[in-house]
Amino acid sequence: MLKSLTIDPGKCTGCLQCEMACSYENEGVFNPSKSRIKIFTFHEEGRFVPYTCTQCDEAWCMHACPVDAIVINAETGSKDVKADVCVGCKVCTIACPFGTVNYNADTGKVVKCDLCGGDPQCAEACPTGAITYLDANATGLDRMRAWAEKTDNAART
Amino acid sequence: MAWSKKILRVNLTEGKVSSEPLNMEWAQQYLGQRGLATRYLVEEMDPKADALGPDNKLIMATGPLTGTMASTGGRYSVICKSPLTGAVACSNSGGFIGAEMKNAGWDMVIFEGKSPSPVYLHIQNDNAELMSADEVWGKSVWETDEILHKKHQDPQIRIACVGRAAEAGCLYSAIVNDLHRAAGRSGVGTVMASKNLKAVVIRGTQGVGNVKDPKRFMQETAAQKQVLAENAVTGQGLPAFGTQVLMNVINEVGAMPTRNMQEVQFEGAHKISAEAMAEPRKSDGKPNLTTNAACFGCTIACGRISTVDKGHFSVENKPQYWGNSGGLEYEAAWALGSDTGVDDLDALTYANFLCNEDGMDPISFGATLAAAMELYEDGVITKEQTGGLELKFGSAEALTAAAEMVAKGEGFGKELGLGSKRLCEKYGCPELSMTVKGQEFPAYDPRGIQGMGLTYATSNRGACHLRSYTVSSEILGIPEKTDPLSTEGKPSLVKAFQDATAAVDSSGLCVFTTFAWTLENIAPQLDAACDGEWTPEKLVEIGERVWNLERDFNNKAGLTAADDTLPKRLLEEPANTGPAEGKVSGVPEMMPIYYQERGWKADGTLTDETRSRLGLPA
Repeated sequence: MLKSLTIDPGKCTGCLQCEMACSYENEGVFNPSKSRIKIFTFHEEGRFVPYTCTQCDEAWCMHACPVDAIVINAETGSKDVKADVCVGCKVCTIACPFGTVNYNADTGKVVKCDLCGGDPQCAEACPTGAITYLDANATGLDRMRAWAEKTDNAART
Repeated sequence: MAWSKKILRVNLTEGKVSSEPLNMEWAQQYLGQRGLATRYLVEEMDPKADALGPDNKLIMATGPLTGTMASTGGRYSVICKSPLTGAVACSNSGGFIGAEMKNAGWDMVIFEGKSPSPVYLHIQNDNAELMSADEVWGKSVWETDEILHKKHQDPQIRIACVGRAAEAGCLYSAIVNDLHRAAGRSGVGTVMASKNLKAVVIRGTQGVGNVKDPKRFMQETAAQKQVLAENAVTGQGLPAFGTQVLMNVINEVGAMPTRNMQEVQFEGAHKISAEAMAEPRKSDGKPNLTTNAACFGCTIACGRISTVDKGHFSVENKPQYWGNSGGLEYEAAWALGSDTGVDDLDALTYANFLCNEDGMDPISFGATLAAAMELYEDGVITKEQTGGLELKFGSAEALTAAAEMVAKGEGFGKELGLGSKRLCEKYGCPELSMTVKGQEFPAYDPRGIQGMGLTYATSNRGACHLRSYTVSSEILGIPEKTDPLSTEGKPSLVKAFQDATAAVDSSGLCVFTTFAWTLENIAPQLDAACDGEWTPEKLVEIGERVWNLERDFNNKAGLTAADDTLPKRLLEEPANTGPAEGKVSGVPEMMPIYYQERGWKADGTLTDETRSRLGLPA
């Protein structure tokens, strides 16, 4: 079953546990600045929104890469960066409409979410269920259930 | 490990910054943050020095778990001598700047001297420099935050700064970080402003990596997060209601200080409670509370994000206050509300916004206003002194106008900014000041919760609930229930809470975890992260050492046993309603037992045996 990261901003409290988990998994340090998932705070509105790569099927980054350094992980469907092939040209960072591929100046390579090989640590660390890893074919199921519960049956009297 | 092992020293007089290694021998004895910074303070300054002079030091310190995945591991503290109390000041804040400091590679920043002109400190990882603060001096916290974010063209920098209240000399000014988190009490912001230091701007991208046993650390922290999630207070009460969950509870037990502590129950409590914050209002159908919010790394998320009703008189034609910002927590709601007799939730929220916007401790501000209201109602002060302001208990207009005046240091706001002790002394009624060591009481009446009386009387930073929150035991039954109306066993309960809390405050974690955690839950996390062996017993010993070190500083600063007492009102005027009716505080009977358990002489100084047992400096 293909799974995907599912984000519910309404549940996010802005604690950054996901950013620490991501950077620890990928860089070995607790370092939000090196996280592939980012929490954005919209202070005036009182909103926190987690944002990361959605693993597009027709991935702009992958198609744009001139050296084929971005490849599909057959098991998880993620688009992974092969660091030994990446030349750091950053064309993928231009191609991505969402800004979720970024250049790491320390290594000279680009980095993006690879779903931690099928066990995304951000979802694991999230204390509120704002980030979950669900069946890619039914990420809307919980929301459907919630609305279904609210849906009135006029005929039932 | 877990420490960065590096201190940034900033000599403001000479405009120089330098790096030095952290004293790791002290780190083993004092852990970090509150404890370790106090050790530096004691080493480096004369306790008798003028708190607002160049000889006072201002230390911003993180703990070893700050910046890690341990839940709530984002705390930092500000340590200096307090201008409000003349005692040691130690104010703890959440938000994100503590973790940012650690991510930049620093355990602590020590400020010394006084800058000849306004400056701010800019830290970008290893690089730190003092920059001119001309463009932000005279600006509020919120304006300063916006201007410096624009100037540095980096939305990810974190900023801690003082507002106009501190610049105007308000003695309970806070250092506000991330717009609405604050090192709030004892006037640490006033000290910062006295050094001509407006702000600290930090960007750290190095991360916190050197934990001792990473695998065990991840397992321990994950297991302890589960404990927080499953606990009724940290898993449900605090995220849903915030600390405001206490408003109705404390009112019920008759320990809600009301109208400058003349009464112990507030008839309007339900109108300013957590439940009221969640109620949709008539005007726009939205509740006061928009959402809860977390500080760095916190899996509890007790923070409140709120709005003021756009149609409320306080924000009419002021669109800058129509958006969301930090909402009411229990202490602010009590001080701005019950203590002043005001039950207008929007007025309280607006006044709270002002406290954040210009960096004022809402507890001390509210309590000082309450004292002023009593002086006014008694006819001691009149409109002549207040500049026309009618300071009647229950007046929302008086509350909001007074907050505006203190924030800007204008008119009678200047006098209110000096705190309740100085205000009441000036008008010849020192007995009306509800303070210990010059610091205003928080939200628990010691007549209804006896342990809190001893807590306030012995707190090293003046009246404070966060030094030994025996409410946990006396009201909530954590870790075990004791009778709030009895003094029996309270001296040892207070001592145990004081020591444990001092250890928590030295770790980088938030004391709110202790609704669910004991040192048994905290020690394994420290042990997996830090060099050395970290057991609950060692943490208790560290806590006791920190407590005595602070006490020793205060003794050397000139405080004595005579300062360990409560205002006459609480010792002589019995509670007039509720379960505590007829009770006064039993502090006088508890104090000798407490001194004995502490290993102090009758005059409140440390015995030689205590000093040597804890390895304290002479």
